[in-house]
Amino acid sequence: MIVLYPYITGLVAGAFIVSSLYHVFGREALQPVARFSLAAAFVFLLFAPLPLLIHLGRPERAFSIMITPNFSSAMAGFGFIYTSYLILVVLEIWFVMRSDFIQRAKGAGLGALIARTILLFNLHEDDATRRADHKIAKVLAGIGIPMACLLHGYVGFLFGSIKANPWWSTPLMMVIFLFSAIVSGISVLIFHYFVVSWVNRWKVDSDCVRLMSKYLWGFMIVAVSLELLELMSAAYQQTHEWEVIHTLVSKHLFVSYVILQFLVFSLIPFFLLAFNSLARSTDRVSNAISWTAATMLLCQVLLMRWNVVIGGQIMSKSFRGFTSYFPGLWEKEGLVTAIVVFTLPFVLLYLFHRLVPLFPDAKKRSAA
Amino acid sequence: MTRRRDDIALRETEASFSRRDLLKLLASGSALLLVHCGPVPPPPGEKRGASYDWTKHYWVYVVDISKCIGCCACMRACRAENDVPEGYHRTWIERYRIRKDGEVLIDVAQTGEHVFAEVKDEVERAYFVPKICNHCTASPCTQVCPVGASYQTKDGVVLVDDKACVGCGYCVQACPYGTRYLHPTTRVADKCTLCYHRITRGEKPACVAMCPTGARMFGDLKNPDDPITRLLKDTRTRFIKAELGTKPKCHYIGLDEEVI
Repeated sequence: MIVLYPYITGLVAGAFIVSSLYHVFGREALQPVARFSLAAAFVFLLFAPLPLLIHLGRPERAFSIMITPNFSSAMAGFGFIYTSYLILVVLEIWFVMRSDFIQRAKGAGLGALIARTILLFNLHEDDATRRADHKIAKVLAGIGIPMACLLHGYVGFLFGSIKANPWWSTPLMMVIFLFSAIVSGISVLIFHYFVVSWVNRWKVDSDCVRLMSKYLWGFMIVAVSLELLELMSAAYQQTHEWEVIHTLVSKHLFVSYVILQFLVFSLIPFFLLAFNSLARSTDRVSNAISWTAATMLLCQVLLMRWNVVIGGQIMSKSFRGFTSYFPGLWEKEGLVTAIVVFTLPFVLLYLFHRLVPLFPDAKKRSAA
Repeated sequence: MTRRRDDIALRETEASFSRRDLLKLLASGSALLLVHCGPVPPPPGEKRGASYDWTKHYWVYVVDISKCIGCCACMRACRAENDVPEGYHRTWIERYRIRKDGEVLIDVAQTGEHVFAEVKDEVERAYFVPKICNHCTASPCTQVCPVGASYQTKDGVVLVDDKACVGCGYCVQACPYGTRYLHPTTRVADKCTLCYHRITRGEKPACVAMCPTGARMFGDLKNPDDPITRLLKDTRTRFIKAELGTKPKCHYIGLDEEVI
């Protein structure tokens, strides 16, 4: 579960940053996924604390973290950072999608009732309110960027600040987590946009995907370089901790870290995205490359979280011994729970889409 | 006319709870919540001896490695005294065997019987290292506890309030010495308490009381007549992982470089 938690918050931060690129920096090409990215950030955010709750020995005391916080602990900030970010995302969605909610609320049925409730039963709308909504949404998106960075950089800090563990303890951890979060966020948007488009037989907006894949390429270069930099500096400095890290990497994490995370799921997407960004190709080829690279990078970031979290825990504190770990199928923090936890945001995303269309122009574009 | 007056009265009542009032209510509610904030209070009285004054003591632990024979009586005593679950340890002994080529072999006593497995391979030298919570002065575990359930007493002992711990396990990761675990039954963090229930009654921790060779020692730094105070004045001691700046209270006599 502690692998899933940083993974899900990473998706939140990444998806939110893509939505902000459109809302704040006016990257019009991202318009087809702007609304969806905001909704994705929201649903993932909603489920981000679930793995933590499952992990807690006494989940019924979870709120103590906000009622009796110990401010010397980095973890005590979680409740406050999470809650304020959730409020911000909810408000931004409210202002960005108010017009759509009003359209939905004017209809009949359960959806309309839900939309009316969300709108607090105020269906009034004119040009002035639309302008005001737009302005407020832009400000919120602007505030949201540093907050998204804080939310996920903070998760990196939780690991990076543990001096007891040489595999975690590095100031770079915060930055690494941040960039890998953006990589996973963009990847999940590309992945999902294609899947939804295939299912609905919509035409994919290739310009939008091309731009996202360029961003993805840039961010993945930074993320992977930082990870390699951290490892290389430990190797070059040959500190006494390198001995244990070397054994960890070359033996216990060799398959998941060296082979899978770097050689397969970093190197191949790197070349694919480099080709996509530098060479000219047909939309069809470019789209196929983008989707493949995004899917692989989704796995890369999950592997990275796994290697960080599990790698740090299988080392003994005397740095001499290692244990091994693989989650069971049915245990409390096992594979089935993980799959369910990871599926729930997508279910909610589907319900969200049923309420308010997340790809409003997709049909029109396909028809054209 | 009466009806109109009622209307006005009704409107006034509605207006009397304005947005400003709502904000005031929310602010005072939050303030109340903040008053409630802060680390949890010190341990409940029944855990301490009745007349115990924790400002008059400062406990310290000393291990003399050359005296430990690896009999593991301390481990058995700790388990019996503190009801430590099978498979977990509040204290343990590590056996270090250094081969001629410099390779260091380490193992711990087996659970259940708490004895070391018999070995026959040739080694250059070998020794036993008892390990225990270092009750650090700058303890990373109390620093990272998000709810203040792990805390330090005024007499220098690091304890866990099992009624406040949320069981996040962050302290288990933060402890550089691996002395904490999540209790399988209570699902909260558990660790050595230096037998707080015993030392506050003037007794020694169970592991110290049962050590047949005096390898484990315990005393009060605030008592000038305590043998420990004199011992620490005359003897050079070392700490495990001192470079981490945790300021441990568990001193080691004869600690070798291999031990980390």
